Amino acid sequence: MRDFLSVGLPVVAIFALLPLVYANQLLLFNFVLFLILAQGLNAIYGFTGYLPFGYVGFFGAGAYGFALAVMHLAAPPALALLLAGLAALVLAMILTPLLRLSGAYFAIANLAAAQAVYQVIANPALQDITKGPYGVSLASVFAPRASYGAALLILAGVLALVAWLRHGRFGLALQAGRDDPVSAAMAGIPVVSSRIIAWLISALIAGLAGGVFAWHISVFYPETAFDLSTSIFAIVFTLFGGAATLSGPIAGVILLYGLYNLIGISVPQYFQLIYGALIVGLVLFLPRGLASLLQRRGVDVP
Amino acid sequence: MLVHALLGGVIYGCYFTLIGLGLNLVFGVMRIVNLAHGDVLMLGAFAAFFLFHLVGLSPFIAAPVVMVGFFLLGLPFYYLVVPRLALAKDAEMLSLILFFGIQQIIEALAAIVFGSSERSIPGRVLGVGPFHFLGQTLSRAWVIGAAIAAGAVIALYLYLYHTRSGLLTRAVMASRDEALASGIDIHRISARAFAIGLALAGLAGVFAPFMLGSVTPAMGVSVNLAAFAVIIVGSLGNPLGTVAGGLIYGVGLLLMQTYFSAWADLLPNLLLIGVLLARPTGLLGRRVRLA
Repeated sequence: MRDFLSVGLPVVAIFALLPLVYANQLLLFNFVLFLILAQGLNAIYGFTGYLPFGYVGFFGAGAYGFALAVMHLAAPPALALLLAGLAALVLAMILTPLLRLSGAYFAIANLAAAQAVYQVIANPALQDITKGPYGVSLASVFAPRASYGAALLILAGVLALVAWLRHGRFGLALQAGRDDPVSAAMAGIPVVSSRIIAWLISALIAGLAGGVFAWHISVFYPETAFDLSTSIFAIVFTLFGGAATLSGPIAGVILLYGLYNLIGISVPQYFQLIYGALIVGLVLFLPRGLASLLQRRGVDVP
Repeated sequence: MLVHALLGGVIYGCYFTLIGLGLNLVFGVMRIVNLAHGDVLMLGAFAAFFLFHLVGLSPFIAAPVVMVGFFLLGLPFYYLVVPRLALAKDAEMLSLILFFGIQQIIEALAAIVFGSSERSIPGRVLGVGPFHFLGQTLSRAWVIGAAIAAGAVIALYLYLYHTRSGLLTRAVMASRDEALASGIDIHRISARAFAIGLALAGLAGVFAPFMLGSVTPAMGVSVNLAAFAVIIVGSLGNPLGTVAGGLIYGVGLLLMQTYFSAWADLLPNLLLIGVLLARPTGLLGRRVRLA
């Protein structure tokens, strides 16, 4: 809880106050969105070692869960947001068997799963249900301020969750299972079931993020909702800051997404080049992220 | 229609075998997931494009040029990156992320240097007129692509089973530690396999403009997914098992395109997930696979 009060709460407070002094709310919203996604990815990658390359699949499922609930059930945004989370949760349950795979195979299979979901939703044959490749428009529920507030609430919840994972019993069990599954199982930790719970939590977070994205943006296409670079950004931000910490992914998002907005928008290739080089440098020289620079010196990074 | 789909599938499958071949060799020898494989292929395709349009070289001459060039680039590249990676605790996972970064660099540089417009080479440079076989008319480019792929598979087989270097390569595949213990220079063998993997990707790239349509810097990602589907369906870590995967993939794809064209794009992903879920231990287990 101390981590949440010292790191999490100030971040939420800053992003709650920033719209008063800074007019580009969409940019602020994107920062909040990536803070949520990076921490959601942290919950599964940082604490279990499973790297979901297709994390955007849950984000897209959430966005379309929200859109379908609004379009077909005329659901109010709050309810649609819950259904968005539910959609991602159901998808994660279907994909639970993927956790039997390890390492790179899990990552690739997860990527393929996200692509498959995208191809189903964007298929012109399903135009009556999902609007296919032509995208959805949710103008009836458009509410930028309310959706920004909702995103902040989700962010607060997610930060509290990760702070709890770091020091709570469940999170410690996860980390033990990550570091040495056999010994952890010998010590009586239910490695597989706790891993599945982390997987579902992480998917739920991405689903809620997708839902609040759909609400805030209100007009989007399947290729934006399932854009692979969403996964990639979340992974790189988390790795850059340091997985399995609370402040690492936050630092990653602020620094790298800030950099992206400084140089990336006009010529995306240059940013792609820089983050490609950044990834290579990270893996070769700093595989545990910025946080490891301090951790090496014995500092306990929150 | 069925005969045409099956025949076309086998031909197309041969080419997809070639796409997966280098990836699988690299994985088998080094346990490294080369996510940049599709982008190396893309570079091969651009090399063929420029060799044709600037120098006037036909793809048949461009192919050996590209292969030798990529082989020679592959050797120093291996020493630059892989030995350092192998020191890490979870090398396989890190290799995935590392090569993803390399892929991003290649794609970005290609987009900056070549621009993102679609490039192609006219099909007639491979010769004019379709082939006729079993009463079916087959595109000349496809038949040539398949023949080149078959040649590459046979050449790799001869290398692995009939040369000393191939024997050492198979020893490293079977057990890295025991190969090291018996005095094999692991890095030299691995570097060679890595460079051959890049050369095979380059070869596939030279014929990509004819087999996959036009060439763009962003084509690598979809090529990668297809290559992974092929090698996972076939047999991970066993380069020659790629043939089975390639044929299943090619025939499956053409059947889907013939009978359910709207859903054909789903095939590689579903095939990949299906095989992974049905036989996770058989295809992915750390059991030693003899090449």
